[in-house]
Amino acid sequence: MATEVMETTSTRNYLNNGHTVKSWLLTLDHKRIGLLYLFSISIFFAIGGVYASLIRLELITPEGDLMTAETYNKVFTMHGVMMIFFFLIPSIPAVMGNFLLPIMLGAKDVAFPKLNLLSWYIFILGGSLMLITMINGGIDTGWTFYPPYSSIYSNTQVTLAGVSIFITGFSSILTGLNFMVTIHTMRAPGLTWFRLPLFVWAHYATSLIQILGTPVVAITVLALALERTFQIGIFDPKLGGDPVLFQHMFWFYSHPAVYIMILPSMGVISELIANMTRKRIFGYHFVAFSSLAIAVFGFLVWGHHMFTSSQSMYAGMVFSLITYAVAIPSAIKIFNWTATIYKGSVSYDTPMIYALAFIGLFTVGGMTGLFLAALGLDVHLHDTYFVVAHFHYVMVGGAIIGYLGGIHFWWPKMTGRMYPEVWGRISAAIIFLGFNLTFFPQFVVGYLGMPRRYHAYAPEFQVLHILSSAGASILAVGFIMPVFYFAWSVKFGKKAGNNPWMASGLEWQTSSPPPTENFTYQPVVTHEPYEFEHVEEIKNAGKLENKTA
Amino acid sequence: MAEHATHVPGLAHHFVSMEQQKEAGTIGMWIFLLTELMFFGGLFLAYAIFRYKYPDGFLQGSHLLSVPLGGLNTFILILSSLTMALGVYYSQMGDRKKLVAFLTMTLLLGLAFLVVKFFEYKEKFDHHLFPAIGFWNPAADHPPEQYHQHVRVFLWIYFAMTGLHALHMIVGAGILITLIYLARKGTFTKEYNSPVEISGLYWHFVDIVWIFLFPLLYLTGFHVSGGH
Repeated sequence: MATEVMETTSTRNYLNNGHTVKSWLLTLDHKRIGLLYLFSISIFFAIGGVYASLIRLELITPEGDLMTAETYNKVFTMHGVMMIFFFLIPSIPAVMGNFLLPIMLGAKDVAFPKLNLLSWYIFILGGSLMLITMINGGIDTGWTFYPPYSSIYSNTQVTLAGVSIFITGFSSILTGLNFMVTIHTMRAPGLTWFRLPLFVWAHYATSLIQILGTPVVAITVLALALERTFQIGIFDPKLGGDPVLFQHMFWFYSHPAVYIMILPSMGVISELIANMTRKRIFGYHFVAFSSLAIAVFGFLVWGHHMFTSSQSMYAGMVFSLITYAVAIPSAIKIFNWTATIYKGSVSYDTPMIYALAFIGLFTVGGMTGLFLAALGLDVHLHDTYFVVAHFHYVMVGGAIIGYLGGIHFWWPKMTGRMYPEVWGRISAAIIFLGFNLTFFPQFVVGYLGMPRRYHAYAPEFQVLHILSSAGASILAVGFIMPVFYFAWSVKFGKKAGNNPWMASGLEWQTSSPPPTENFTYQPVVTHEPYEFEHVEEIKNAGKLENKTA
Repeated sequence: MAEHATHVPGLAHHFVSMEQQKEAGTIGMWIFLLTELMFFGGLFLAYAIFRYKYPDGFLQGSHLLSVPLGGLNTFILILSSLTMALGVYYSQMGDRKKLVAFLTMTLLLGLAFLVVKFFEYKEKFDHHLFPAIGFWNPAADHPPEQYHQHVRVFLWIYFAMTGLHALHMIVGAGILITLIYLARKGTFTKEYNSPVEISGLYWHFVDIVWIFLFPLLYLTGFHVSGGH
């Protein structure tokens, strides 16, 4: 009898709690909503990836022979829009944040489960509108939508795309709002602010940006759509509007949005490094507060996108200086992670390989950001491939590497199964090599003067572009591999058990996959995060429990 | 209390206690209002920039608005904030009758505001002063011709800001109707009344936005005309 009870409690989890389509589409469970996001953003990532391949195919030859300049404009615009608004911004918060945050806090769910589900539906509505835009021919304005081109001269679906971005923004706002309230009010007994995992701190900082920034871009794209529809002078100088006003309002969100993408990734990396080196994170308070510092500074640097847009020289100097200042909290993180690894018991499992890749690639991405923050140098580098390479080092080398590392690390928690470790390492290595081969040549070609957003170029750049395109195909292989081995592992992977990494953190104390209510008991936190001597106790406790069963 | 949490009426399953639920709701609403502030903030920024660029257009545009009607609406909204606050007070006292009465009064005042706004908008449409293409066709002296384009910029800001505000009033009216329905059913008690309080926060926020809109849009003339 007793064994039967144990059986049912250990096999009942959030995945087998209802198998109907309805039980997924109307779920209020944050874990299921996280998986809904995982599937949807993977589709958008694939679409964005197809556009990226088209770009790299066109750029193999100096002539614009694969597509016309107009088509090329649409292709790079759709690549940017899909990747930024529909993959990178939701990626870690909406998937891993949704899945893990309440468990890490020892709560049963986020504060507003219905709003959480609503955020997914809003996301799908916005995404569908963007797909309709795409099918109707896409947009050719660049993901930045700069007027007056976007306001009157573009003959593409800018209004519909604007409405899509407007709607999608609210899904991001709702996620941020939910996380912030959840962190404030739903921490388990004993879980004080400085006992929170750094993943939670990073998501708190991210939520701050989502809450304060996203409404501004919403009103901006709404104004753009109004201007196109009613031909009123908001941004179009011919009608009395001000195109630079658009740039200010757009970057007031879109620069901090870069930190929406990178901060959660930094949170993931903190977890990976502490757990994979089995060491308390070095400088916990500094890493935690540097997330907040990045969020706050991030709001004060938007002008560095406008050094060449008639901005006053003095404003430019201030923006340049504050942009340099952002490097400080970022460097604090990098140095603290490095110090954590030092003399740690480092395992080289896939998540750690991603974490190490992050440290290297993000450092390159961050340092080249300083080149662009320099007023004089930026005049030379502005709108060249140097910028493209810089933000891909941050976005792909930072955000996506962190996302993949996190997915590998928490996959056993999400599914109850291990992914195949060998394939994980191989694909991580392929991604690292492919990524560098794709984007490092772009630093060079940009420095030599190749502007971004051109489909034809001077013949002397061809070698570098061929290298980049070759790298992109390797990178694509690396991205496709996990799709297959993750799918395989759901059925055939090794059973993971509650805590395959022997990691600290509340999420590893509950079963894998967790039950719908996350914990069968009320967790109480008695110590700081990343204290691995306690993990052993928990493990033994778990063993005892199993033995009695 | 926490022990028997699941049996408390009005307590959602994922909260431990009523206090936690109320705290979450209140913080949630404050954060939502913060996003609203940033949302309206974009338009306030546009207002500041264009007023700086086109002082004469803004002066002429402001003269087209009716100060008495705007003033009346300001008075209506301030009054509605009072009735809302009293509604929140009586919900905490557990006085169902007075709660329903004050919520209804708030709703009626909100609707009165929208009616006045409707007539103000209608007057603009009748004079072809709605700034969108196909509508915009101002008479040469109303406003003076040299300011036409700049007055048009002022008027889109006027319509965008007051329109967005009116939209929030309509949402607020919907919330009030729901609250009145629930209050009549007796959902709110001394122990469980946070929806009323949280909706009150929203209502006051929408009022405060108007308190800024009224002088910025209607009273510009009083300031600028001194220098002309």
